[in-house]
Amino acid sequence: MKKQSIEELQKICTQLRRDVLRMVHAVQSGHPGAPLGCAEFFVALYFDQLHHNPDFQMDGKGEDLFFLSNGHLSAGWYSVLARSGYFPVEELKTFRKLNSRLQGHPATHEHLPGIRVASGSLGQGLSVAIGTAQAKKLNGDDKLVYLLMGDGELQEGQVWEAAMYAAHYGVDNLIATVDYNGQQIDGPTTKVMDLKNLKAKWEAFGWEVIETKNGNDLKSVIEGLELAKSLTGKGKPVMNLLYTEMGYGVDFMVGTHKWHGSPPNDEQLAKALGQLEETLGDY
Amino acid sequence: MSLDLKFTYTEKKDTRSGFGDGFLEAGRRNPNVVGLCADLIGSLKMGDFQKEFPDRFFQTGIAEANMIGLAAGMAIGGKIPFAGTFANFATGRVYDQIRQSVAYSDKNVKICASHAGLTLGEDGATHQILEDLGMMKMLPHMTVINPCDYNQTKAATLAIAEHEGPVYLRFGRPSWPIFTPADQKFEIGKAWKMIDGKDVTIFATGHLVWEAVVAEAMLRQEGIHAEVINIHTIKPLDEEAILESVKKTGCAVSAEEHQINGGLGDSIAQTLIRHNPAPLEYVGVNDSFGESGTPTQLLEKYGLNAENIVKAAKRALARK
Repeated sequence: MKKQSIEELQKICTQLRRDVLRMVHAVQSGHPGAPLGCAEFFVALYFDQLHHNPDFQMDGKGEDLFFLSNGHLSAGWYSVLARSGYFPVEELKTFRKLNSRLQGHPATHEHLPGIRVASGSLGQGLSVAIGTAQAKKLNGDDKLVYLLMGDGELQEGQVWEAAMYAAHYGVDNLIATVDYNGQQIDGPTTKVMDLKNLKAKWEAFGWEVIETKNGNDLKSVIEGLELAKSLTGKGKPVMNLLYTEMGYGVDFMVGTHKWHGSPPNDEQLAKALGQLEETLGDY
Repeated sequence: MSLDLKFTYTEKKDTRSGFGDGFLEAGRRNPNVVGLCADLIGSLKMGDFQKEFPDRFFQTGIAEANMIGLAAGMAIGGKIPFAGTFANFATGRVYDQIRQSVAYSDKNVKICASHAGLTLGEDGATHQILEDLGMMKMLPHMTVINPCDYNQTKAATLAIAEHEGPVYLRFGRPSWPIFTPADQKFEIGKAWKMIDGKDVTIFATGHLVWEAVVAEAMLRQEGIHAEVINIHTIKPLDEEAILESVKKTGCAVSAEEHQINGGLGDSIAQTLIRHNPAPLEYVGVNDSFGESGTPTQLLEKYGLNAENIVKAAKRALARK
């Protein structure tokens, strides 16, 4: 894959944000806030970091794999999958509609290329990613497994079962990223259920932890993922705490949980799209 | 009074050992078979596999939810994971993990559940799950198997390793008669007519197949000829075999170490009511939890032994 410049990648981020907003607006349902905040991560991963093959094979042998544990970010994931060639961009218009491969939350049932396990019920993705990473080791496959999960999702106990396990087995071909936006449906995580010192928690569980302080700056995100990659293969699983802002890219959506699971109306969509240039052509 | 049993035994063994021995054999046949267990390796009889294939076996600690997710992930990577724990923790505790990461995602995961039912014995109701077959059969994509003795459990374990797709395999703790042949071929979804009869059909699964064999001999002494069908696969259910038998006998009994609600009997009732309504009597646990006791005591107290199957058969006959 030819490396693209930061400027080119930024254009994809802008288009991803347009896709997300238009998708959730069209069906008046879905979750725009978090995928807006993770646009840089998705684009950095799929267009710069992953050694992957859009000619989709479920077992993913010989390529890097990505799992989305916080499945409600589906609109953002579908956009980046389509824009990187897994399926036609036109198909984004079927999002959340009847007979679509683009289910409200990601699923394998309809055989959408790029997806290897269903997600949406939170807390399960890390376990699946670890299992896949261990299968890679058994298969003598030196490629990596990536995972994204939400910070609110860390309130699920299964995540910590998995955290303990990955360190115990030295699953060092895994880079887990937490979308550390500090927001969840019912409000700020500090108020709903305070995560306290996440870095110390993951370190105490035996992980190598890095922090990407500006998760909405493409260069920082890429540098963070590069650093994370450099820490793989050293006996520990790698955690990338990615500080993002929910709703980033639209001035009236940023930094609040209000847009976690609410779509914009016609007027709000127009206003939001006015802030996001159509760079690659809308679907 | 001695019984003229159509099937006899010379040895007793636990069905979990059938699983353990089958699992080891499956591992020898296919290098993609891997194992996971949540701190119950000895209880699940997975130790021989672990010893022979240490690199393909994963102790997960007491963390069943994670174990199910790990198994799904290994299946993605082309492995055939056998994830083992007690039936209670293999189902109710991790229902959502199985539902999303295994069943809905159609992963080739084998959920191996020991110590199911009342015959777990002295540990009591916290561990005696009687709802697992119902939970598992409700899940789309899931195959549900409950073999009857050591030999059938071993054969079933080998069969599910060859089968592509999620499977729930249920077995148990007590030492139990080995009355089926060692060289049997196990066909998933194919009921086995063990004894021919004309008056009433006994559909039994798991440990209660043996009780059904005993019940058949008891009934025969009274001139009642029962047909005994071994329903080792709860799902997909062999509807053809069920309908063919009831067409001949005209009434039936279901026998299982499970709640009546949601169990094998429910599935048989659905089949009969859609195609050939006929009297059906249930032998199962009637909306209650179990308790501590020996397996024999518990089967008697909760109405699951051969004597109760005989009574149920007579009730069914009287309704013809």
